[in-house]
Amino acid sequence: MVLVAEPKQVVAPGELLAEGDHLLGDNAYKIGTQIFSACIGILEVDGNRVFVVPLKGGYFPRAGDLVGGRIVDIGLSGWSVDIRAPYEAMLPASETPGPRGPRRRDLSSSFDVGDMVLAEVLDFDRTRDPLLTAKGPGLGKISTGRVVEISAAKIPRLIGRKGSMISMLKNETRCQITVGQNGVVLVWGKSPEDERVAVEAIYMVEREAHTRGLTDRIREMISKSRMVEQVAGTQTA
Amino acid sequence: MNKLPEPKQPEKLIDEKGLRIDGRRLDQLRPLKLEVGLLDKADGSAYIEQGKNKILVAVYGPREAHPKHIAMPERAVIRCRYHMAPFSVDERKSPAPSRREMELSKVIRESLEPVVLTDLYPRTTIDVFIEVLQSDGGSRCAGITAASLALADAGIPMKELVAACAVGKIQGKMALDLSDAEDKYGDADLPVALVPNMGLVTLLQMDGNLTTAEFEQGLSMAMEACKTIHSMQRETLKKKYATIKDAVEEREEPEIVA
Amino acid sequence: MEQKTVVDLVTKGKRIDERGLESYRPIQIQVGLIEKANGSAQVYLGKSKVLAGIKIETGEPFPDTPEEGVLTVNAELVPLASPSFEMGPPSEAAIELSRVVDRGIRESKAIDLKSLVIQKGKKVQVVYVDVYVLDHDGNLIDAASMAALAALANSKVAKMEMKGDEVIEKGGHHQLPLNNHPVAVTFAKIDKTIVVDPSLEEEQVMSARLTVTIDKNGHLCAMQKGGLYGFIPDELKRAVNLAVAKAAENRAKVMAAAKG
Repeated sequence: MVLVAEPKQVVAPGELLAEGDHLLGDNAYKIGTQIFSACIGILEVDGNRVFVVPLKGGYFPRAGDLVGGRIVDIGLSGWSVDIRAPYEAMLPASETPGPRGPRRRDLSSSFDVGDMVLAEVLDFDRTRDPLLTAKGPGLGKISTGRVVEISAAKIPRLIGRKGSMISMLKNETRCQITVGQNGVVLVWGKSPEDERVAVEAIYMVEREAHTRGLTDRIREMISKSRMVEQVAGTQTA
Repeated sequence: MNKLPEPKQPEKLIDEKGLRIDGRRLDQLRPLKLEVGLLDKADGSAYIEQGKNKILVAVYGPREAHPKHIAMPERAVIRCRYHMAPFSVDERKSPAPSRREMELSKVIRESLEPVVLTDLYPRTTIDVFIEVLQSDGGSRCAGITAASLALADAGIPMKELVAACAVGKIQGKMALDLSDAEDKYGDADLPVALVPNMGLVTLLQMDGNLTTAEFEQGLSMAMEACKTIHSMQRETLKKKYATIKDAVEEREEPEIVA
Repeated sequence: MEQKTVVDLVTKGKRIDERGLESYRPIQIQVGLIEKANGSAQVYLGKSKVLAGIKIETGEPFPDTPEEGVLTVNAELVPLASPSFEMGPPSEAAIELSRVVDRGIRESKAIDLKSLVIQKGKKVQVVYVDVYVLDHDGNLIDAASMAALAALANSKVAKMEMKGDEVIEKGGHHQLPLNNHPVAVTFAKIDKTIVVDPSLEEEQVMSARLTVTIDKNGHLCAMQKGGLYGFIPDELKRAVNLAVAKAAENRAKVMAAAKG
């Protein structure tokens, strides 16, 4: 088995990655014994497994995903939600907290068109649109904090290996951060300043997702902007 | 009248030295320029200049199919529009799609279909919009070259970049990548699109007059040219994404906006 | 199930209607059915049925070709021919069919357009080739190409002259002169096998289609690849060579019928 392309480097669709008895991972395909990339991304090798982490691309739902979405329509028994996927999601009234019963309540009193919701993908397959639930701790209407929308392809990097990036971000920015798999990120801080720093850091992760030493650079960026803040604070005081 | 003079028929398409009216050898491509990711709203985009061709391509999707009835239960539907701007040719072209544009939209779509992993996105559409801002010979091929880059730039899973190039016959000789005048006054045109790593020809059209031997010669010339164009495509695409990477990694100290 | 059978058979070198991989379905050609047309022909290709009618009228030349008559080819996928054909503006398939038939006739210079000039730059004869698909059982391109050629070979043109500013009939007709006889040969790729003259059932399972139009000198004058997959170069070269042989056979049938 021979690795033809260099790991951690940018690869293009159709580029030969490896030859021989490698295991085929995500975003790659095999012709005979040759493995090729199936998208623009970064080549990763994990043991014998060859896969590509995409640098671009939209969100494709999976059951169990946490997602942020926007209400786009109110139906008779629930809401249509834009979750930044190629499919419009459905949030049935029965999957929202609040009074239940055979009588229809006024759905717009819970969620109106334009409202943001945090929900979980309950069910999705090739034949049916995603079904959401907003029942559960932390789920439901988003009415406070900041909503940041980044490319869904960058979410794995925002979370980091075993959550390293996101826990660093939470500690350093002193913000509560909830990451939707579809690229919708929610930020709650004690002050607007904290939130601003967190939002800036998230955008930086998106921009520089495929670069090395990113965690350190982000940490540095946050501490510098804090220093600037403090200086500014002392000056006004 | 403010009309540009019609390009006159050149006396010879090939001179005594074997060079063409623009000074190229028979097996030489026109200057080629590629760019990716230059439109803000599109999911993916690309731009190509090949000779006087100036073509912009945008890709949207995979997205929800509208109208719903065009959706396929098992795969994404690719829609393609090849369109020429009214000012792209010598005499203003009506913006309404012509039969030629409709045919080209179909064959271009069919040249891209074999590489796109459409079965990953059932019930959706992937829209490819090709706008010819200025047209020269070989615009359908240039459109395909740019369209496959725009698909890759949109992050759409695909097996390979499709490269395309036409070969033609001028003054009885097979010549690569015909310009407008060569196409108009030449004897045949043979546009080809190739999926290099599979060795698969996904667009093939021809008009004019060729012997079977000339066809075989033309096909191999076009395939070689497609491979050259393909390496430029790959380089352009990777460069765009690697630029950010290098810029950041080489920076010793991150700059902070104070 | 039917579709799987078609593929299985082809991979074993057989076809559902027991033809060979390189054989056409029976071809029947009748000419002159439409008296009001200058020429007409109906082609049965197996169960596919296509009628072509030629109308030749007086008109004006295109400004960029003042010394040539005009050729216009149109194909209609008439709704009565298939449940898949719809009313309304021409579909992509109809446009492709027209343009592939057109390309064969035009690029082979089958019609001597210069002979259609009545007065240079002012009046010329316009040849309308209208292809009507009446029953769709696959390979409409070849059926249409043969119907168009047979109808053209069967066409009579009224003799015209200028009298002052007007075009008048001199009386009498002559045969529309044809310089070339282009014939389209279409292949389908089913799994990894190439078959000639695909039926509708075969078209439904083919991954790609290739049409090669051959003129009377055995030269290529038009090609068109269709379908959602592609061909490797060897397949293309074999198809092109086979097309030369098949076109010669079919051309003989068309020209014999047109004379008869």
